[in-house]
Amino acid sequence: MSVTTSPRSAARNAGRAPNGREKFSDWTNTHRKWLFAAPAMAFVAVLIAFPLAWTLYLSLTDSQGSVRAATEFIGLENYMTVLSDVERFWPAVGRTLTFTGIALVCEVVLGMGIALLLWRPFRGEKWVRVAILLPLVATPVAVGMMFRLIFDPNIGFVNQLLGMVGIPAQPWLSGQDTALGTTIFMDVWQWTPMVVLILLAGLTSLSEEPDEAARVDGANSFQRFFYITLPLMMPTVIVAILLRGIDALKTFDILYATKGKGGGSFHEVETLNVYAYGLSFDYNQYGLSSAVLILFFMIIIGSMWLLTMRKKAVSK
Amino acid sequence: MKRRSVMKYAAVAAALSMGLTACGGSGSSDAKESGTVRVTLANHVWTEGIKAAIPEFESSTGLKVELTQLGEDQLSDQYNVKLNAGSDEIDVMMYRPLQEGKAFAKNGYLADLTEKVSSDSGWDWKDFQEGPVKATTADGKVVGVPIITEREVLYYRKDLLQAAGLEVPKTMEELEAAAKAIKESNPGTAGFVARTGKSAAVTQFSSFLFSFGGDFMDASGKSTVNSAEAKEAYAYYGGLIKNYGPANVSTDMSWPEAMAIFTQGQAAFYTEADSLYKNATDPAKSKVADKVGFAALPAGPAGSKPYNIPSWGLAVNEASGNQDNAWKFIQWATGKERTLAAQKAGVPGPRASVWSNPEGTSTYPKDLAEAIAASAKNGVGHDRPEVVTVGKAREIVGEPIVASITGADAAAAAETAHEAFQKFLDSEK
Repeated sequence: MSVTTSPRSAARNAGRAPNGREKFSDWTNTHRKWLFAAPAMAFVAVLIAFPLAWTLYLSLTDSQGSVRAATEFIGLENYMTVLSDVERFWPAVGRTLTFTGIALVCEVVLGMGIALLLWRPFRGEKWVRVAILLPLVATPVAVGMMFRLIFDPNIGFVNQLLGMVGIPAQPWLSGQDTALGTTIFMDVWQWTPMVVLILLAGLTSLSEEPDEAARVDGANSFQRFFYITLPLMMPTVIVAILLRGIDALKTFDILYATKGKGGGSFHEVETLNVYAYGLSFDYNQYGLSSAVLILFFMIIIGSMWLLTMRKKAVSK
Repeated sequence: MKRRSVMKYAAVAAALSMGLTACGGSGSSDAKESGTVRVTLANHVWTEGIKAAIPEFESSTGLKVELTQLGEDQLSDQYNVKLNAGSDEIDVMMYRPLQEGKAFAKNGYLADLTEKVSSDSGWDWKDFQEGPVKATTADGKVVGVPIITEREVLYYRKDLLQAAGLEVPKTMEELEAAAKAIKESNPGTAGFVARTGKSAAVTQFSSFLFSFGGDFMDASGKSTVNSAEAKEAYAYYGGLIKNYGPANVSTDMSWPEAMAIFTQGQAAFYTEADSLYKNATDPAKSKVADKVGFAALPAGPAGSKPYNIPSWGLAVNEASGNQDNAWKFIQWATGKERTLAAQKAGVPGPRASVWSNPEGTSTYPKDLAEAIAASAKNGVGHDRPEVVTVGKAREIVGEPIVASITGADAAAAAETAHEAFQKFLDSEK
């Protein structure tokens, strides 16, 4: 028997049976925070940690052809191969960052604008909100298929519309230089509503006083937005950027649905995700593919870490 | 009371987490011979016919068929995942002997059917054509049964040819001249259309390559995509599409896209596999159904040498615990009766007896049957590089096709592709 008298041990001792053994119910009580988290932790361990560890292991072997074939441990050779690949890997990194960067900027600026419009009550706002949320509920693959038809160079709706006003037909998804831009447009179309939702939630929770005070002091609406609303909204904006950024980096479905394997004949929309997928499923080079995925994972973690740092700074 | 409820929660939580994590495992534990045959098939005219006939197989054998049907890309992904994991969830699989055959055999995914094919003289393995059988045989073992054969033929629009006062082109020069003439006299109509996607176009380009006297590799397995003949073929195929193709040609077209342009009435000539002809002649799918004519591939400097290949076969998954019943399904699906029925429905089959039976070609347009017969005589037995990682090889040798379509220098692209292809071939040794 210990003679400490901290409340915790007192509680523990109180629950002990005369023979000195702890009752199960008390044990569960004292460890409840772990107990309740256990299912979630088991879930994470099995469904996230294990695949990640397995991918890391594969990336250090020469696994190819079949996952069950004998493999040799080759250390960092795959990483050397990938990092020195200027034909597919680095362009894919570039495209991933371009896609994410442009899409994010468009989505946040547009999203902020729309959120400000919806901020104050107006007639028919219910309908407008529903209309704005529609793209969100569509399946990305279906969206890809739909835009493929709309942007078809020969029988597509967009080119026929342009033809009516005398603008020559554009190649859109099938052009080497226009394909990535078109997929970015699709991403913006589909995901801006999510940014609107997050920012609108942030706006409605702002207090009115600073805004009113500024109004009394004679600040115009631009000043009020840039010096009051935006700084107060910054934490929310960063949350939106975080959530959307992770998703945009990982975009796969609309790219695959519109351009298929390899991101088109010139790899014009081949982002890291599409590249890693092709390495695995088309070339069966599991080692290389895993190395690409691990590097990709690091890029995501790195950029998210930077953003959370930024968030801490603005939240102070 | 309270104590018990905490326990209960803990137990439920534990059970839940177990349940959640167990989801990943396979749900079925009936690895023994079961009465259900799980069949995975690709979207194809052949599959439609089999699907309709499955009830008769079920009632005659007492087995149940569980059918999964997927598009080509999804199908190969599905196989990649499931066969890699050694899953027994697939019994019978429809596969492409020339695309996945070598890799699957090498990985030991395909069950050895050698004994089974020779066990039934009524079903008659010897009736299958030699070329297709060679493609479904690996290291002397039979690993698959061919179901569909294909040759590249010329699809053309009778009305446009007539209006231009042209004969059906017999040579590559004539084809080019006809495509040019029609494009010039019919604004908005392309003279020629074909697949343009880097990897999708390789198989259809192969016939042009052979007809110009080239090939992807020589007999010793060295790359020959930079030969003078190959360069000429690349320039010709790409030039046809660039100069006489649709106005805004996409470089991602596989057969559904190219076929759509032809069946929308937007192109005069189209080179494609004969097994897809129904798409062009079926009024439900084609605006020009009654105006389509067929001819053998026009002759190049080396003659008319289209590919003549088994595009699809049926195999049994090595990991399946249901191999005998799987074989029963294959035996039924590839029997003489079913093959005849499929062929009459528009799917060229691999059985010699069905081809020699007048009924076998009774439903075909007469000109198509003639084109097929001619192509079967002088066809080449492959339409893509014969390697293990076909996907990668196709991307490499397809590069000059796309370069040529977009107006870049085909010869230079062929040299670049040659180097990459040789490197690839060396890595596979």
